[in-house]
Amino acid sequence: MSPSNIGIYASQISGHLFAPSGAYDSIATTTLGTTTTSITFSSIPATYTHLQVRLFAKDGAASLSSLAIRLNSDTGANYVYHRLYGDGSSVAAGSATSSTLGIIGIEENQFGATIVDILDYANTNKYTVTRSLSGWDNNGSGWVGLWSSLWLNTAAVNAITLLSAAGNGFTQYTSAALYGIKGA
Amino acid sequence: MAAGNTYTPIATNTVSGSTTNQVDFTSISASYTDLRLVVNGFTVTSTDNLYLRINSDTGTNYSQTQVYGDGTSAGSTRTTNRTLIYFTAWGNISTTPHLWTTDLLNYSNTTTYKSMLFREADNQNATGASVALWRSTSAITSLSIYLATPTKYFGSGSTLTLYGIAAA
Repeated sequence: MSPSNIGIYASQISGHLFAPSGAYDSIATTTLGTTTTSITFSSIPATYTHLQVRLFAKDGAASLSSLAIRLNSDTGANYVYHRLYGDGSSVAAGSATSSTLGIIGIEENQFGATIVDILDYANTNKYTVTRSLSGWDNNGSGWVGLWSSLWLNTAAVNAITLLSAAGNGFTQYTSAALYGIKGA
Repeated sequence: MAAGNTYTPIATNTVSGSTTNQVDFTSISASYTDLRLVVNGFTVTSTDNLYLRINSDTGTNYSQTQVYGDGTSAGSTRTTNRTLIYFTAWGNISTTPHLWTTDLLNYSNTTTYKSMLFREADNQNATGASVALWRSTSAITSLSIYLATPTKYFGSGSTLTLYGIAAA
């Protein structure tokens, strides 16, 4: 089956979207039933201070692949990212500018865990930065590290797309959840 | 369970006295999507390793990849086929407070192995992060946090809190 896209429209979910009621609210979630190219949370309300994405994902290919993020469906070369990671024997760092994707983590042939924080996502006076902790282990191989991505845009974030940077999609049982964190 | 407002404290264990070597969270409900364990702990005397074991599984079903910086250099290590998971990416728990957060994603699913992320703040030795794999498809129902040496103990006032995070 060819990978497909899945979109979760926060404003259109019936029975699974909850009015803000606490400091840390679940906004939307999905678990894939089949290999899917990307996961999108859209129509994200601006009523929170910060967002957090918790991703339990396996890339659609057996090779090492970065996990990527795109904000507001912006496919322009408007992302900058940095990473610091260990592969079990050495430490490395890297970066890129003018990227068409932000990078939030990495995975290879095993379900990995990634937690992404998007602070002050609705502020229209500054660029948006994401930070993430991500890793996977497969009993003899694995990476773990820290990633940050800058989106060179001052628009409020109203849509988040998660995807495999190599275009492999995510496999069945991948799950992604979006949470909103309120300020006082 | 009702989602929406989440990040719910499930249980907190505040150590009192000086004879606690192990803290267990048992009968963990499957009602959440993820678990977060927050440990702010220290030892009574000297240093030791701090371990995590899941569902009392003593088999060689754990592996881990770690990255750390110790103030002078950075490094990365790996364990395979272990009977436990290390909290510390580098160094040990000691008599000064150390902070760990551990996120166990999709902990109650019975289809995949379990992956978890550790983030460590260690005043004595290093700062670091790690990812661990438990090669079991069982739902996680208990967590055991214990010092490697049976005659070493958590300091009084050490706190261990388990939170549940439920997706909509």
